[in-house]
Amino acid sequence: MPTEPVRPDAPELADAAAGWVGAYVHVPFCHRVCPYCDFAVVEGRDDLRGQYFDALVAEIAASEPFQRPLDAVFVGGGTPTSVPPESLAAVVTALADRFGLAVDAEVSIEANPEDLDSPTAAGLACGGFNRVSLGVQSFDPLVLEALGRRHTPVDADLAIGAASEWFPSVNVDLIFGTVGETAASWRSSVERALAAGIQHLSVYALTVERGTPLARAIREGATAPDPDDQADKYLVASRLAAEAGMVRYETSNYAAAGHACKYNLLTWALGEYAAFGNGAHRHRGGVRSWNVRRVDRYVERAPGAVSGEERLDEWRREVERVFVGLRRAAGVFPGEAGTALVASAAGQRLIDAGVLASAPHRVTIERPLLGDEVSRALLALDPPAPS
Amino acid sequence: MLTRPHRSTVSDTSRIRNFSIIAHIDHGKSTLADRLLERTGALDVREMREQVLDSMDLERERGITIKAQAVRLRYQSPGRGEYVLNLIDTPGHVDFTYEVSRSLAACEGAVLLVDAAQGVEAQTLANAYLAVEGGLEIIPVLNKLDLPAADPDRVAEEIASVLGIDPATVLRVSAKTGEGVDGLLEAIIDRLPPPQGVAGAPLQALVFDSYYDSYRGVVCYVRVFEGTVGTGDPLRFMVSKEDLPADEVGVLTPKALPGASLGPGEVGYLITGVKEIGRIRVGDTVTRRDRPASKALPGYREPKPMVFSGLFPTDGDEFERLREALERLRLNDAALVWEPESSRALGFGFRCGFLGLLHMEIVRERLEREYDLDLVATAPSVGFHVVLTDGREVEVRSPQDLPDPTSRTAIREPFFRVMIITPTEFTGAVMELLREHRGTMGSMQYLSTERVELIYRVPLAEIVFGFFDQLKSRTRGYASLDYEPDGYDASDLVRVDILLNGAPVDAFSAIVHRDKAYNYGKRLVERLRAIIPRQMFDIPIQAAVGSRVISRETVKAKRKDVIAKCYGGDITRKKKLLEKQKEGKKRMKMVGSVEVPPEAFIAVLQVDAD
Repeated sequence: MPTEPVRPDAPELADAAAGWVGAYVHVPFCHRVCPYCDFAVVEGRDDLRGQYFDALVAEIAASEPFQRPLDAVFVGGGTPTSVPPESLAAVVTALADRFGLAVDAEVSIEANPEDLDSPTAAGLACGGFNRVSLGVQSFDPLVLEALGRRHTPVDADLAIGAASEWFPSVNVDLIFGTVGETAASWRSSVERALAAGIQHLSVYALTVERGTPLARAIREGATAPDPDDQADKYLVASRLAAEAGMVRYETSNYAAAGHACKYNLLTWALGEYAAFGNGAHRHRGGVRSWNVRRVDRYVERAPGAVSGEERLDEWRREVERVFVGLRRAAGVFPGEAGTALVASAAGQRLIDAGVLASAPHRVTIERPLLGDEVSRALLALDPPAPS
Repeated sequence: MLTRPHRSTVSDTSRIRNFSIIAHIDHGKSTLADRLLERTGALDVREMREQVLDSMDLERERGITIKAQAVRLRYQSPGRGEYVLNLIDTPGHVDFTYEVSRSLAACEGAVLLVDAAQGVEAQTLANAYLAVEGGLEIIPVLNKLDLPAADPDRVAEEIASVLGIDPATVLRVSAKTGEGVDGLLEAIIDRLPPPQGVAGAPLQALVFDSYYDSYRGVVCYVRVFEGTVGTGDPLRFMVSKEDLPADEVGVLTPKALPGASLGPGEVGYLITGVKEIGRIRVGDTVTRRDRPASKALPGYREPKPMVFSGLFPTDGDEFERLREALERLRLNDAALVWEPESSRALGFGFRCGFLGLLHMEIVRERLEREYDLDLVATAPSVGFHVVLTDGREVEVRSPQDLPDPTSRTAIREPFFRVMIITPTEFTGAVMELLREHRGTMGSMQYLSTERVELIYRVPLAEIVFGFFDQLKSRTRGYASLDYEPDGYDASDLVRVDILLNGAPVDAFSAIVHRDKAYNYGKRLVERLRAIIPRQMFDIPIQAAVGSRVISRETVKAKRKDVIAKCYGGDITRKKKLLEKQKEGKKRMKMVGSVEVPPEAFIAVLQVDAD
């Protein structure tokens, strides 16, 4: 069952998510790695797939359940749909066996348009998935090529159609600000996605991540994405999504009522989640920890594949709550860090510039395009003197 | 009776010679000094090396830093017996002309050392003139005879024509191989006059240098002219009027050898237990309290700061730490002066006065490196003499203190006499550069067919702003430069103010010539636009003279500054990225509501108004 049909940006929903628990499963395999991607992914390596899924199931079986069944599951990658639906269904079964699934649990999977035909969608739906997120990125063939994507605009149309047949909640990911993408191209990509009858839209500015082929190309002289162009396109998407009845509930995410992504909401509320697979990050018992990044090492070491952790003290945890929570349109209740931010000189400048807003029981970001200004001001706050 | 070791008073002044070596950087001064030390048995090579390596241990052992500022050499002349040669070092930079003059005042002669391949350089010549003016005997010496590029005949001609001497008197050595060094030692005895002075006269000793030693306090280098000074003597410093005991008197060989006393013509060190270098003035005269000399030796000058710059801590909380650091620096830098300054833009800091640009750079660097301070330095300014309508004249050290145009009748700025030696092929370029910098020609003299000496009168303000670099680049590094103060004169000067977001930023103001104000304002505004990062709102930058805006640029508001994706797995990484960016932001100085990177304050320096 999808979530209650509440507004995606409702503060009650944002805050309730802090009590949810979830699970993330990483599927690192890709037919081809996109030039802008810096995730823990691997091209080919068909030889490792069998062992990898065995390792996933073993890691799930070996992990500690939460006090309550899972509210949200997210299978991401990589390209989860590059493996057969049965393997993915087995993962959901393993999770359900070990953790339990709430009756209204969201079970989400990422898919590439070229992989998602109707039978595959059916297989996934039968395997327990009830939400799909399609990596469409653009409906402009030139942009798709620049992004190194393998599908065509028509593939994307067909995949959305197949997904809508089988899933109550369909998301489309779009990327804006690719060099060469015109304003008209971007507008038509957004319009075509919205017209396809989806329930959720994620629009991301193309980001040059360190160590990617894209970053290398730019270092060697290729044109970098223009932040002003990206600002224009962000605002266009925002307007078109609103006209289509969608609500922006996070910096880059829009949803129809009742279709906010539960898994995302819980991570932004600092809810707890388990995580499985190479490079996967979890947040349990106040500790963030992560698995080894390389697929072959993970396969060797699972179920004991943790490679690092971060323990936050109370203040830094509080700062993180506000830092992540402020990305949501619902904002955060001020608490210690939010109050300190608003009271700081930097916070006051952000309020004066209309970036930050402070109401008695809520702090929000009003100009999400300048959100990092707020984050830096927040991270620069001194911890309160011990009393 | 105490047995007197070799370091005791040399009773016969005819056996003493005091001299300096004047040389351009890289012309081989330290190699020659090493060779002289070696020839006179002061140190063998191995000892010398050990001395450097062990200087830290030596410091602890002896409680005195080895600084061969004045070395006593015992020279055994093959035909004439033993002599004491005091080799006195001179500071190497144009900012310290006064210190050079005091060192030279301690000598009867100077070895003018010139690279036989490079020829005479401006600074060498300036110091040689200083020596000649001081009545010193000059021994011109060509060095680096061993170099294939050496052209001793040409360079000897050059020296001869500049100093008006016979080229045949120019000695030729190779400090590297040692060739000619023995001849030089003999020439020092032959050509330099011995010191005069009477051992029984009232004491007159010149303080020609000093430094701060963390164990012993201030160590003075002294040259005795009349009388005798010994450990335990009650002393009086005649200029500073300090009465201090001679805790220790000795000579440097270059090992510090505490000795009983120094007589007329002798050179050595004196420790009084004073910890603050400001209390000991270079150029002061030391006498005995119980039997004072009637007057001090001539030539004392207060160190006079020529260039001023505001130093502000990036973090306002560091103000006290900056004050402490400046106070510590003053322990061994008597020329450094400062007074508190408050800037609307930069908060509380200090207006510091320096002898020159190098001195300024040294101080700034030491503050940042040794005291770990993050500083914003405002563009250097010269001190102006402003004539007020009531006829009074006041010194203005900071553009923000310039009185209103209605309450002043003239602004007088410091001028310098600038001497440049350049290969003749660059003469036109150098003259053009001097013209651009408001220089007026004094004289022009051909040193040889290849090299020319130009003497100009140039406002100091013009030298402060990028002159060195331009001279270097327009002469491909071949020109050399020296300068000295040459009075104050009225110029048509105006203050250019910079307004950031509508508010004037005092730290960006500069006093410039009226003809250059427009270009200066325009370029500075352009540079600031490039340096100041985009922020949450548009930032107009304007240059104005009085109420008239002469230039304007805008830093457009930043439109997008947000991480696109931030999910569970990303949070730690994104946070790290932001933490890093935050560190970068910490460098920024808040000026009103505008974040200004420290480079912006230096930009004023780099604006060439021409």
